[in-house]
Amino acid sequence: MPLSPTSRSRRLPRLADLGLVYGFLILMWLPLGSLADEIDSALIDLSDRSFDVKQAAVEAIAIGGDPRAAGLFQALLAGDLYARKDDRRPVLVTPAPGGYRLTDAFHGSDLGEVERGAVKKITINNRMRNQLRTAIAALTLASPDPAIRLEAAQQMLGDADPMVIEAIREQLGREDDQRVRDYLDLSLALASLRDEDPAVRLASVETLAGSLYPESRNALSTLLNVESDPQVRVAAERALAATEQRLKLNAAAETLFFGLSLGSVLVLAAIGLAITFGVMGVINMAHGELIMIGAYTTYLVQQAMPGFLDYSLFVAIPAAFVVAGLLGILIERTVIRFLYGRPLETLLATFGISLILQQLVRTTISAQNVAVQNPSWMSGALQINPALALTYNRLYILFFSLIVFVALLLILKRTALGLQVRAVAQNRAMARSMGVRSARVDALTFGLGAGVAGVAGVALSQLTNVGPNMGQAYIIDSFMVVVFGGVGNLWGTLVAGLTLGVANKLMEPWAGAVLAKILVLVFIILFIQKRPRGLFPQRGRAADG
Amino acid sequence: MLAVLLVVAVVVPILNLVVPESSPWHVSTYTVTLLGKYLTYALLAVAVDLVWGYLGILSLGHAAFFGLGGYAMGMYLMRQIGDRGVYGHPVLPDFMVFLNWPELPWFWHGFDLFWFAALMAILVPGTLAFIFGYLAFRSRVTGVYLSIMTQALTYALMLAFFRNEMGFGGNNGLTDFKDILGFDLKSDATRIGLFLASAGALALGYLACRWIVTSRLGRVAVAIRDAEARTRFIGYRVDRVKLAIFTFSAMLAGVAGALYVPQVGIINPGEFSPLNSIELVIWVAIGGRATLYGAVIGAILVNYGKTYFTGAFPEAWLFALGALFVVVTLFLPKGIAGLVGMIRTWRRSRSPAGPRAEAAP
Repeated sequence: MPLSPTSRSRRLPRLADLGLVYGFLILMWLPLGSLADEIDSALIDLSDRSFDVKQAAVEAIAIGGDPRAAGLFQALLAGDLYARKDDRRPVLVTPAPGGYRLTDAFHGSDLGEVERGAVKKITINNRMRNQLRTAIAALTLASPDPAIRLEAAQQMLGDADPMVIEAIREQLGREDDQRVRDYLDLSLALASLRDEDPAVRLASVETLAGSLYPESRNALSTLLNVESDPQVRVAAERALAATEQRLKLNAAAETLFFGLSLGSVLVLAAIGLAITFGVMGVINMAHGELIMIGAYTTYLVQQAMPGFLDYSLFVAIPAAFVVAGLLGILIERTVIRFLYGRPLETLLATFGISLILQQLVRTTISAQNVAVQNPSWMSGALQINPALALTYNRLYILFFSLIVFVALLLILKRTALGLQVRAVAQNRAMARSMGVRSARVDALTFGLGAGVAGVAGVALSQLTNVGPNMGQAYIIDSFMVVVFGGVGNLWGTLVAGLTLGVANKLMEPWAGAVLAKILVLVFIILFIQKRPRGLFPQRGRAADG
Repeated sequence: MLAVLLVVAVVVPILNLVVPESSPWHVSTYTVTLLGKYLTYALLAVAVDLVWGYLGILSLGHAAFFGLGGYAMGMYLMRQIGDRGVYGHPVLPDFMVFLNWPELPWFWHGFDLFWFAALMAILVPGTLAFIFGYLAFRSRVTGVYLSIMTQALTYALMLAFFRNEMGFGGNNGLTDFKDILGFDLKSDATRIGLFLASAGALALGYLACRWIVTSRLGRVAVAIRDAEARTRFIGYRVDRVKLAIFTFSAMLAGVAGALYVPQVGIINPGEFSPLNSIELVIWVAIGGRATLYGAVIGAILVNYGKTYFTGAFPEAWLFALGALFVVVTLFLPKGIAGLVGMIRTWRRSRSPAGPRAEAAP
């Protein structure tokens, strides 16, 4: 028979199989010889020319379960392990004058200095790398530190190596940390899916039902492809359905979280507007630019205190409030106070201001986006379960927007300023005749709205790009939120912002991001036709404005 | 006003064609096209002035109607390219070949005919304005709310036209036009023809608006602007008057867009940006609301300023435009057209001491 390409390529795996057989033989032979001798000869074999022999040696050392082996394997994996040429003992090297100082890689004894030519690096291949990782995991599983054990258990998830399974089973007998136990149980169940006995498979399918790890879902669907036992099949189908069901629930929870996160951004952006527009009747088109100023304040604060990134936001929040607030008061005193009662004119004038502010940032700082950094506590995610992680930055901003909302509500409902603001909003002439200095109240109200925009800018700088145009992206959305919620109603703004955020994210999976946004806009346009005063309309005389 | 327009429409082509290029009086074809562009803007401004000045509706969405008219014309010009596109496909425009569209989408059919495209340039914005206005005016959405809704409308359209799936060339829009009605778009004669067409459209649009505002309908419109509730109680169907004028204004904007596109040679979703709509409101504000001719002056002046500033001091343009917004709203509530009246009042009020006769509305 002519040697076909297929039969030639078959030879390579055969060689590798031989290694496994060899490893198996050692395994069988193990109880016979003394353990120490066995390890010592395996250590010598590590520097053998054949990878198969090396692999068998690794296995032999791993079986010993000596904790020192983990360090040896890690050195081997990192390519730091050398062999002394005369007795082939594996060693670690440190540079010394005239050559290397050697340390025994396993026993840790000092072996003195040699010249460079006296040692040879031990090379490994990919197959050995995998094997080493597994072996290290098995060894670290025996570590007294539960954190190391947990990490090892996570790493081993889905590993079907019989040695690993043996190690897991052994560890389960003495493991007392519940989280580690969960992972080990899962690993064991995954492995028993391949068991010969249908009863064992059935038991492990029951364990896996509803598990959220991608490994268990994959294993279950693989099992469905090959399983012949009808009872196990039915159980596996049910288990998979349970898993899918829980995954779906988690995906829904994630969508909800993203929606609430987007909603909280909308609320933050719109709530300042709800004050200037809702309470004062001023259409502040420069609101987006005040947000931008807040974001740039964050940037400048971070530049000013380079070593204290983690605390920069706590400085930036009041700083942005003050900067944007003062700017707002300036705008109110110089432009807007001449335009009260003419909302469309305020729209045009403040739009002009927004153009000036944008160009101001472009010429003084840069036309490009600037890099605002995230403090370390903002990065990372809260892992609820394997299928659901909530990123900290979104989570904090969600809370932050609620805090800002409550703070504003308290200011408007519980302080003297708030009382005056509401009085002026309801009836300017009457408020004035009662002794309220309406001009001062106007300036402070506008400053408050602008300051909140600045604070929103700090939060947004942690989520999106900070550039001269960033305000434009929020202005229309913010107006939509305020109009949808009902002008002059903070609660309306909160509900509207969160609703629109969630609606947007709910539609995104099937409509795409842009179309979802268009649909939301169209929905609001139609909604306003039905309820021209928004979700929570103002009642009484103030509504006639 | 019309006389000035007539003079311009006669003089500019003569200066371009007859006067030799060496003469300082020669007007280059580039300038002719630029002027033609300004004239389409002026027509758009007249359309805005009609609804804002006389009806009190501050539309922040007129750029949408302008853009739709432009797209209708752009689609015709696109079909005129035929197989001369980069990919040489006999029917499909280049971007569709590029995006692997198997065939022409249904809404592109008919746009190979000029009359159809011209009709669509008027009907599409008109229909949109009719539907939007019907819903909005019937439920009495007014003032600021209406402005924000119109802004949402144009914003939604911009987002929609940015999508490649819409079949309007996505981000890049429609461009690379070759000819219109068989005339080469790059030739001087075609450009002058387009300039004259723009001047004619502006004159007709201006006349039509003039006729509307001086008619009974126009008087009712002004009444609605000043006291909507009262007009309704007297017995006028406020929503119908608003709807009619708003729709007509949108059609005018569509015509302006259709004339704009062949002169600038491109239409893309940027035309729908809310910024454009607000900018054109400021043209009207600068020229003077409720005068019609003020809108023309404002549109031409601001755009001349824009061309000049963005060429000479690109940094300063947004400062200048922003300052214009503020200064005009604060100090010139009646715009340039009102300036003459203001000076007169100021002179009169100086001789006999007394309160200012005319306060800002």
